Amino acid sequence: MLGSLIRDKGREGRRGYTLPKFDVEKVGLEKVLPKGALRKEKPGLPEVDEPTVIRHYTNLSRENWGIDTNFYPLGSCTMKHNPRANEAATAVPGFAGLHPLQPEGQIQGALRVMHEMQGFLASVSGLPAVSLQPMAGAQGELTSILMVRKFFEDRDDTGRTTILVPSTAHGTNPATATMVGFESEEIGLDEDGCVDVEELRGKVDETTAALMITNPNTLGVYEKNIAEIADILHEAGAFLYMDGANVNAIMGRMRPGDAGVDVMHFNLHKTFSTPHGGGGPGSGAIACSDDLAPFRPDPVAEKDADGYHLVRPEKTIGRVAGFHGNFGVFLKAWNYIKMHGPELKDVTDMAVLNANYVRARLKGTYRIPYEGLCKHECIVQPPKGKKALDVAKGLIDHGFHPPTVYFPLVVKEAMLIEPTETESKETLDDFVGAMLELAESPVEELEEAPVNASTRRLDEARAARKLKARW
Amino acid sequence: MARFTPHTEGDVREMLEAIGAGTVDDLFADVSPKFEGELDLPPALSEYEALSDVEGLARENVAGLPIFLGAGAYDRITPSAIGAITSRGEFLTSYTPYQPEISQGVLQAIFEFQSVISELTGLEISNASVYDGANAVAEAALMTARQTKRDPKVAVSKGLNPRYREVIETYGVVTVELPFEGGTTNFSDVPDDVSGVFVQSPNYFGAVEDVEAASEAAHAVGALAVAVCDPVSLAVLEAPGKLGADVAVGEAQPLGMPLLFGGPYAGYMATRPEFVRQLPGRICGETVDKEGKLAYVLTLRAREQDIRRARANSNICTNQALTALAATVYAALMGPEGLRKVAELSLSKAHYLAGRLEEAGFSLRYPEAPFLWEFAVELPDVGKANEALLENGMIGGLDLGDGAMLLAVTEKRTRGELDRFVEVVKNAG
Repeated sequence: MLGSLIRDKGREGRRGYTLPKFDVEKVGLEKVLPKGALRKEKPGLPEVDEPTVIRHYTNLSRENWGIDTNFYPLGSCTMKHNPRANEAATAVPGFAGLHPLQPEGQIQGALRVMHEMQGFLASVSGLPAVSLQPMAGAQGELTSILMVRKFFEDRDDTGRTTILVPSTAHGTNPATATMVGFESEEIGLDEDGCVDVEELRGKVDETTAALMITNPNTLGVYEKNIAEIADILHEAGAFLYMDGANVNAIMGRMRPGDAGVDVMHFNLHKTFSTPHGGGGPGSGAIACSDDLAPFRPDPVAEKDADGYHLVRPEKTIGRVAGFHGNFGVFLKAWNYIKMHGPELKDVTDMAVLNANYVRARLKGTYRIPYEGLCKHECIVQPPKGKKALDVAKGLIDHGFHPPTVYFPLVVKEAMLIEPTETESKETLDDFVGAMLELAESPVEELEEAPVNASTRRLDEARAARKLKARW
Repeated sequence: MARFTPHTEGDVREMLEAIGAGTVDDLFADVSPKFEGELDLPPALSEYEALSDVEGLARENVAGLPIFLGAGAYDRITPSAIGAITSRGEFLTSYTPYQPEISQGVLQAIFEFQSVISELTGLEISNASVYDGANAVAEAALMTARQTKRDPKVAVSKGLNPRYREVIETYGVVTVELPFEGGTTNFSDVPDDVSGVFVQSPNYFGAVEDVEAASEAAHAVGALAVAVCDPVSLAVLEAPGKLGADVAVGEAQPLGMPLLFGGPYAGYMATRPEFVRQLPGRICGETVDKEGKLAYVLTLRAREQDIRRARANSNICTNQALTALAATVYAALMGPEGLRKVAELSLSKAHYLAGRLEEAGFSLRYPEAPFLWEFAVELPDVGKANEALLENGMIGGLDLGDGAMLLAVTEKRTRGELDRFVEVVKNAG
């Protein structure tokens, strides 16, 4: 079954869909198009019937784990239950059939969703201005740093060449800085796993454009000095950008704007539980201060006495999406927020409770590199002599999706566990039980895992060496 | 609230005890500055109430009418089987396949997506998709600079969707404009310092461009040729890879994705094997497991941000796996003949409409340019025509702002709708 491709299940002449008949004269392609432009060989697409298509992809889905099938504590990715009401929202024909270029008078409902969503994110972030356009977290980062660059260009401040990035940062942070044309420089950590404030003080100067901080950071640790960090940057005329991948740990407990954050992104697919879809689509909306608001991507939704409008911010960086961003994703997130209201704080509380509980239960068997409180995720290391990868693969045989491993890079054999708030105590206890059992398992046995999955461990080097990326 | 979070008060108490904390508040002792107020959000609604609001807002939109807008997003038929597959929880609620042993479903679906794109474009290597067509175009512009080791500067014309061009420019790529004459681009005089030459075919105004001429012009100055193609058009138009293009990119929305007010869609990117290291985004490849069994895995990861950090070839992290899956299922259902019929139906209907409009005394903006299913027609008052169309239950084309309307005709439009369109526009004067 596995590996058998849809194309190989076909036979010439089979059809999977019936299209309407021609109700106008069929126009010969050669009559209206230049001969050289016409295709000579038909593309080698599958020729299959609908039952075969449904069975093929249904069976493929069964070779795949999701939140719906298994506990999925993948650190930093926030794999929480996806409420199905959000799916229902995007299926409503008045949204599903709406073209992005219809005139404003025809899209008032959609613009109201955008305008309200902008307001919701402003409330959660404590920052006044929002853009929903970035289509993923990484693009939210990129958008934010492009706005920072444009702000300095606008003031003819040409000496700002550096973006500071803590050693715990997601790989997207330094990659973003490079894409926008900045040098990225790493900042180390203090003993609690937080940005080293003294090192930062020494590195911030008139060449600094911004610090990209993640809070809570990727160790699951709250950056306790965030307000002081903001002050250090602001005194040097630089900005504090916050990677909002982990906002689900602070909603209703802390607002980044109050701590001096100037611009941040949200991962709507994490914090507001829109499905990850096997790797996308996501949405990376940003929130920013009044200083940066004029630089937001074009357009944003605004409201006046006549209704809702799409408006081009005065000094915009331009567009980062073909249309308005992943509307379907922010419609789902909007619906999620409407179903929670101020009770989003409870979501935060239970996520943090679950992570601290798992950590407390693993302590003593697993090593805990940072002893203070954790937030929505916790970082542990396997007992000496065991590899994070082996424990991770062993979890698969117990029916649990592994945590993130070997990230963040600053912790050797890191296992980053994010249980999320939608898991019960029973599930967490079962997971902990499996983790404790694996800690005792012989290494030779762990190295064989998984044995109960679709495949055994893969030869990843071969895939790169003999690249075959199509049928 | 409790419907998504299972803990009872007893659970919370036991868990706090295990942690050694007195209250949930204690778990936030490290947080500073604290937010002590209540979030300024409307009160929580039940599912029924929230969805009633969605229905209410949907009624404030105009949708469900015959639509003649295109310009990058098309009102095409989406077979029911697509939703049945993309709503499977195993696909919907999974993440990037970092653990291949339990992610073979998504991985094989990506492999099949890449194969479909390779078949359509005639280029060997496709990535797993990027955010949308505009970003595929912009990523291709950056890719040309990396590959040629030149400054990011690309030749484009008015035939390139202006929104795509805007995204290219947002990403810091300089654009130089080639002459646009009679509805198509003149590639005879490309500056010799560009990293890429872009040709969109069919172009923004619907006309088929000479991809081969664009490729030759690019290669003559040592630049890469990038073709921007509607994937449905590739059922009938020659694959860009066969016409010399080095990179093919575009918007996969026409392959079975609803309009949904502009997204989520998926951008596709394909290239020749020699340029694969400069291709951004995820790539799925074939391999075997330790028992020699065929399997799929994300590969060539050393290009990517989570491995390479500041030296990655893009900051891109995710692909659009779920919408790419929709495109794959669409391609499987249609097959080569079905996709060809979608193209032929659209083309026949578009040419019927263009002919009827000309009979009614209107001029096409570019009468000499060969087109598929999108074209611009000159009207005395585009705004008035669109108002009249709406009054008659139709959504008109895009007002180009210079006395012309850009019309897209898909397989969904019926002869009756096309006739009515002509009548209404004629009467609008």
